[in-house]
Amino acid sequence: MQRKIIGYTAIGIFSVVAPMLFPNYQTQLAFLWVMVVFALTWDIVGGQMGYNSFGNILFFGIGMYVTAIVQRDLFFDANEFVEIAGSEESLLSPAEYLTGLGLGMGASVIVCLAIAIVLGAGILGMRGHYFAICTLGLGIAAGEIFSGISYVGAGSGLVTPVFPEAMGNRSTFYYYMFFAIAVIVFFVLKFLYSSRFGLALNAIRDNEDKAEAMGLYTTRYKIMAWSIAAVFLGLIGGGVGNLIGFIDPIDVAFAGTTFGVWMILMAILGGKGTLWGPVIGAVVFHITQELFWTYLLGWQRVALGLLIVVIVVFFPQGIMGYFRKQYPAWFSKATEISETSASKQDTA
Amino acid sequence: MDSLLILVDAPVFAGQLLINGILVGAIFALAAYGLALVWGVMNIINVTQGEFVILGGFITLYLSLAGIHPIVGIPVAAVALFFVGWIIYKIVIFRIVDRDLFTSLLATFGISILLQQLMNEIFGADVQTAQTDFGTILLFDGMVTVANIQIVSFVLALVLGVVLVIFLKRSRMGQTIRATAQNAQAARIMGIDPDRVFAFTYSLNAAICGAAGALVVMTWVIHPFLGLTYTVRSFMIVIVAGLGNLAGVVAAGLGLGALEKFAGFILGAEFEAAFVFSLLVVILVLRNLAMSRKRKYLK
Repeated sequence: MQRKIIGYTAIGIFSVVAPMLFPNYQTQLAFLWVMVVFALTWDIVGGQMGYNSFGNILFFGIGMYVTAIVQRDLFFDANEFVEIAGSEESLLSPAEYLTGLGLGMGASVIVCLAIAIVLGAGILGMRGHYFAICTLGLGIAAGEIFSGISYVGAGSGLVTPVFPEAMGNRSTFYYYMFFAIAVIVFFVLKFLYSSRFGLALNAIRDNEDKAEAMGLYTTRYKIMAWSIAAVFLGLIGGGVGNLIGFIDPIDVAFAGTTFGVWMILMAILGGKGTLWGPVIGAVVFHITQELFWTYLLGWQRVALGLLIVVIVVFFPQGIMGYFRKQYPAWFSKATEISETSASKQDTA
Repeated sequence: MDSLLILVDAPVFAGQLLINGILVGAIFALAAYGLALVWGVMNIINVTQGEFVILGGFITLYLSLAGIHPIVGIPVAAVALFFVGWIIYKIVIFRIVDRDLFTSLLATFGISILLQQLMNEIFGADVQTAQTDFGTILLFDGMVTVANIQIVSFVLALVLGVVLVIFLKRSRMGQTIRATAQNAQAARIMGIDPDRVFAFTYSLNAAICGAAGALVVMTWVIHPFLGLTYTVRSFMIVIVAGLGNLAGVVAAGLGLGALEKFAGFILGAEFEAAFVFSLLVVILVLRNLAMSRKRKYLK
């Protein structure tokens, strides 16, 4: 137990000082936490519940758009904003900026929750192939629809308000925001997985008909799990839109072939259906991916496709699954204490 | 809604859309038949379908740029894609045939991204089409124009479909494929090598897609990122028609083609792709509602 606390503290301290240690990589580090949130939220429905969704990116994009629209319409006129958006100077005071951001992210949480409940009621009754393909269509359809609506900038996208200079460095601000969100997501999920809720999700994964026969209201649990993922994705989407500063409907907001696939890949790489797996997968994947971008210029997406095939075909059990098989003692309750962070998996 | 009024005022225009849609729908049906074949025999939903179509299109396009008529490109694209399919089967697909659904779905999705990006790097991201110089015919006093190549490709797609059916019914290989689809274990006892059958089925599907792609590049446009729409169209057609229902596949394909043309006209070109993907979601939700009536216990 004591070692666990030491481990968490060490990770916490390192995460807090990391942007000061590597000031040139703050944006990449901020994205590391985004990836952790991606993988963790995908794993709720995909790993713990066994419903493999290709469309979680939907909520990320919607969160991004809702936040940006609230920020824009709160202080600016929509037409006027397009003209002044090109300027480098910020026109908002820190208080105004934070109000816009806060309200925007709040609104995106509410919108994502509503959409998740409505859509979830419609599509979570599907199983297997049908659910997967349906969510795939959902994510792409959203991107195509948003790139046709002129109120949200159509195909040319949306620009977010310029970060006020008085508040210091933009990357640093968002680094700590994403870090906070990732920590909240982690501990919320840790709590949920150790509760009845987590057991219900696992029961649905293992045998849905049996779970239903045992008296679980499976649809209710499925919608709840899907909504939790949606809320956190919407929240982080609002922040990411502002960090990037420009929202393209297909390449940034509803980026099915990048973010959308990465979240699945990270969860599988780390080990689906575990708490620490997605976190480890996200860290490993993010570093690999940054190296791809640096050394394989132009061919990185080809390499990514190859990576998906290799991981899915040859390494489906993931890092956690590998360790569980090689060192089962680490995961038993009797040996709670061990050296690596991988073993901090909550066995409940 | 202005465009809707145009349709009411000038029914001939609706006729134009209907003809265009039906003519292109035959190509959708062809690709869908390939998907159903792989799904039925190997229980894999091949997300790579659309990329095979686009790759076949590019092969035909480059042949036509080299001076060979695109019609000749159809068999060339089919043969080339047969080998591409064979290679992909021998490297990846045979490893995932008996794995769970999600693995096969994600692995083929990965291959689809790989092919898509490779085509983007090699052929460039421009929207392209092949010239056939077949001319057009005018109907209803020039109110409706139909390119001859559209009619030719419609007929060719149907002919290919018929050849395929005869092949599956009559030839030795076709019979073994159907036997494996019905009962893989019994087929194995009868001395059929399932691995060979799977390899052939997957390659045959790729070849069908290649031929469909050659037809697409002559009648319509291709570019590296259009692949997924063909996968989704094939999938929709197969779920609407049901596995192994050939007449249904053709009817659903033609219907989808017409529906898409009308939607593209009424909603505007920018929502054409959005319509295809939204329709997928709607169809799946409706299918689920229809099925869920049977499950009355615990909602």
